[in-house]
Amino acid sequence: MSSIIGTLGALLREKKVSCKELTKAYLDGIDRDNGVLNAYVRVTGEQALKTAAEVDRKIAAGEALSPLEGIPMTLKDNISTRGIETTCCSKILQGYTPIYDATVWQMLQKQNAVLLGKTNMDEFAMGSSCETSCYGGAANPFDTGHVAGGSSGGGASAVGGNLAAYALGSDTGGSIRQPASFCGLVGLKPTYGAVSRFGLIAYASSLDQIGPICKSVEDAAVVFDAISGQDPMDSTSVGHKDPVSPQLAQKPEQLAIGVVKEYFKGVDPQVEAAIQNAIRTYEKLGAKVVPLSMPAISYALPVYYILACAEASSNLGRYDGIRYGYHADHYNGIHEMICKTRSEGFGPEVQRRILLGSYVLSAGYYDAYYKKAQNLRGAVKKGFDETFAQCDVILAPTVPMTAFPKGFAGQDQVQTYQTDICTVPVNIAGLPALSIPCGYDQKGLPVGMQLIANRFEETKLLQTAYLFEREMAGEIYRKEEWGCRTYA
Amino acid sequence: MREYEMVAGLETHVELATKTKIFCGCTTAFGGAPNTHCCPICIGLPGVLPKLNRQVVRYGILAGLATNCKINPVSKMDRKNYVYPDLPKAYQVSQYDKPLCLGGWITLDSGKKIRLTRIHIEEDAGKLVHERGDTFVDYNRGGVPLIEVVTEPDFRSVEEVREYVEKLQLLMKYIGVSDCKMQEGSLRCDVNISVRPKGSETFGTRTEIKNMNSFTFMSKALEYEFERQVDLLESGEAVIQETRRYNDTTGETESMRSKEDAHDYRYFKEPDLVTIATGEEEIETLRAQLPELPDRKKARYLEMGINEGDAAALIRSRRAAAFFDEAAEGLNAPKTAAAFIVGQMFSRYSTEEQREEWAVAISPAQLHALCELVESGKCNRNLAKATLEKMLDTGKDAKSFLSEGDLAGVGSEQLAQVCKTVIAQNAGAVQNYLGGKETALKALVGAVMRETRGRADAEKASGMLIDMLKKEC
Ligand SMILES: [Zn+2]
Repeated sequence: MSSIIGTLGALLREKKVSCKELTKAYLDGIDRDNGVLNAYVRVTGEQALKTAAEVDRKIAAGEALSPLEGIPMTLKDNISTRGIETTCCSKILQGYTPIYDATVWQMLQKQNAVLLGKTNMDEFAMGSSCETSCYGGAANPFDTGHVAGGSSGGGASAVGGNLAAYALGSDTGGSIRQPASFCGLVGLKPTYGAVSRFGLIAYASSLDQIGPICKSVEDAAVVFDAISGQDPMDSTSVGHKDPVSPQLAQKPEQLAIGVVKEYFKGVDPQVEAAIQNAIRTYEKLGAKVVPLSMPAISYALPVYYILACAEASSNLGRYDGIRYGYHADHYNGIHEMICKTRSEGFGPEVQRRILLGSYVLSAGYYDAYYKKAQNLRGAVKKGFDETFAQCDVILAPTVPMTAFPKGFAGQDQVQTYQTDICTVPVNIAGLPALSIPCGYDQKGLPVGMQLIANRFEETKLLQTAYLFEREMAGEIYRKEEWGCRTYA
Repeated sequence: MREYEMVAGLETHVELATKTKIFCGCTTAFGGAPNTHCCPICIGLPGVLPKLNRQVVRYGILAGLATNCKINPVSKMDRKNYVYPDLPKAYQVSQYDKPLCLGGWITLDSGKKIRLTRIHIEEDAGKLVHERGDTFVDYNRGGVPLIEVVTEPDFRSVEEVREYVEKLQLLMKYIGVSDCKMQEGSLRCDVNISVRPKGSETFGTRTEIKNMNSFTFMSKALEYEFERQVDLLESGEAVIQETRRYNDTTGETESMRSKEDAHDYRYFKEPDLVTIATGEEEIETLRAQLPELPDRKKARYLEMGINEGDAAALIRSRRAAAFFDEAAEGLNAPKTAAAFIVGQMFSRYSTEEQREEWAVAISPAQLHALCELVESGKCNRNLAKATLEKMLDTGKDAKSFLSEGDLAGVGSEQLAQVCKTVIAQNAGAVQNYLGGKETALKALVGAVMRETRGRADAEKASGMLIDMLKKEC
């Protein structure tokens, strides 16, 4: 499969299509299909056409276009956009319009990226199906009876359904990779610190990272190059040394692929079959496959839920109805005002995680939970360090299963939390990882393969993924036309 | 009734004098229309991140060095979570278990050391404003940097507390990290206080009195709280551990919240900031920037022969002290210059602000010149005093107010001549003096001064008269 961003960019440069026509085509697609997909929670057609006009002016004037110039795209609803309502798909942020832009959006605006709208997500990115959104869930373009995944489900649904060329999502415990896996897309979660978090409405600050959801590895590399960089506004940001795109086609030398057995516990046989296929493909391509074990993986899930909820309980304390967003109508005194606002404004999953997080930080429980989780976080990091001493890239399933049927996630929270088992270790260790399609189950739903590299080794990670993508292009992506159908 | 003693420890919040706030570029200027010194970061809008102002760390280190603290090579910021409308993020970014400075002390004049547990940096909260029957929030102060200076429970009296706070305030002003204006809230104290029978080694149950921002209130609150706790114990009741506030209308402390209602701040490391590393080099550079501190300055002044009162007064204003140091340079008796500054100039600049500002019309060199005239006997003290007033009014040199005759003064030979004449002409007074009436000398000195139209040095004349009268008998 070729790069959509590259293809559309070429059409614009060769004047085969104007940016206005391109934008309108996408907006028409949204008009037609969003009712079924529910990918967008806010469409910004007017602003998109204004940017398109500027791009068309540049083309007419013969000015050079940067790679993302004029390409229609979308942002997750937790990325701050000045003048455009940003709600994290929560009732509590209804009516909140940021007065500043997130750094990633500033960077993309400089390239005249055409913003089509804000996409659906689990409320405050807490969920694995997009169904905790106050706007209802986003549908999977492969089968609208299934979810697009979460939390960045709207972005995956939009890109998979051809309602945007690419999307920016955020990944705290798998929120980019899991929906990318469910929707047959490439989703990249960069190294913690590679992309600025300034303007990303926080869920869990030490785990959150913004990244792209795309149709190809090439696209993911282009978008990563555009949004990565050290940001003085984000003290935890480091940036990334060289652009990846120019080096993408280089084959990583003496590639050693680690297969960590703990990642395969409880994985659906159809998913496992597709992954084993991918491993054989890499062997065929000359990579050395190294069987490994990393027992610390078993800590990852409890560590993730303790740390993420603890940070969330603090991050979400500011939504009190005083300055912006939802405000309870009837109350007696300030205490009741805040209580009612939060009880009415937050959905049940968010309330559950705030309570859990407050509990693990409380005096008397801190040592047993939060402190222990911090220590085990160190153990998980160490486990990865030891593993990367023996291989370049880890290959694993992204999710133990394919896309859930609608309604599945709401039935049993603990069971749903467990489906994050393959994605959360990466966030705990701050590593870069991506999901790339590697096959289908019998229902025709895509299977995602996860590749994980060491910190700031995005180049090696994307090169490894690109190797696979080129090899498998004919087979895995044969359903490319899927996205073009209508859902009426 | 048994005798009781007070046991108290202090937490002092000192607002730092950085130009911008601790995590954003907003001004820290006091006042301003409500919510005009604000930005998305200091009002905690969704998605913003803090960016630590390194000047805050430097000021914190300076404060630590000035109070004999160890500087932590690695410290970190933590979140202190609590809900109040003046705290827009619902947490205050502070330091919990790895503060910037550890374990220093401040020495009281008695020589007693008040031990400091720690000094940490943190952000201030906004302010609630009650107006027109409604409550509003002003976030101008939100995000202004503070240091919190925490002592061990070393205080045994209100006087010690007061002296400590004054010394701390002076130190912070000296090193330039804060203007410590209590009336603007840039220095506020929380006091932990308990009582125990004198001689007892164990601590009683303590209460905490929050947010006192004037010396008067603090003294009154501590005195009241001491009496209250003693009364409770004497009547067989127990002191309840709680947080109290001082009500300046009633002059009493009143309960704010009990131990059971105490906040659980759920501290944890602020994930949006990296740890703070302070290298040896940075610390030494800052140490080299420290000025001469008040205690050392005072000791030096005493060595220079300045009396205790003048020395204590001089060090209270860093600018006045610097003025003195320059004026006194090379004088035989620096105490003359000190006396002029403390005795005369301070009464012109009587408020703290005026002494702080020290906008005086004359230069240290001009005062130096005047002192030299006094030392050389060319100008007596009374004349010098009057001259200094004129100098301060106009900014002109001493010489422009003294005639040739004035400056000629009265030489020793001439003075001896005058003294002889006076002795000869005042036999009665001489008789009285020789008969043991010491006060008679005054009449003789007065006569010398009259003869010389006030130009003679009275002290010198007095000495000379005594010598001559000794020979008489
Ligand atoms: Zn600000």
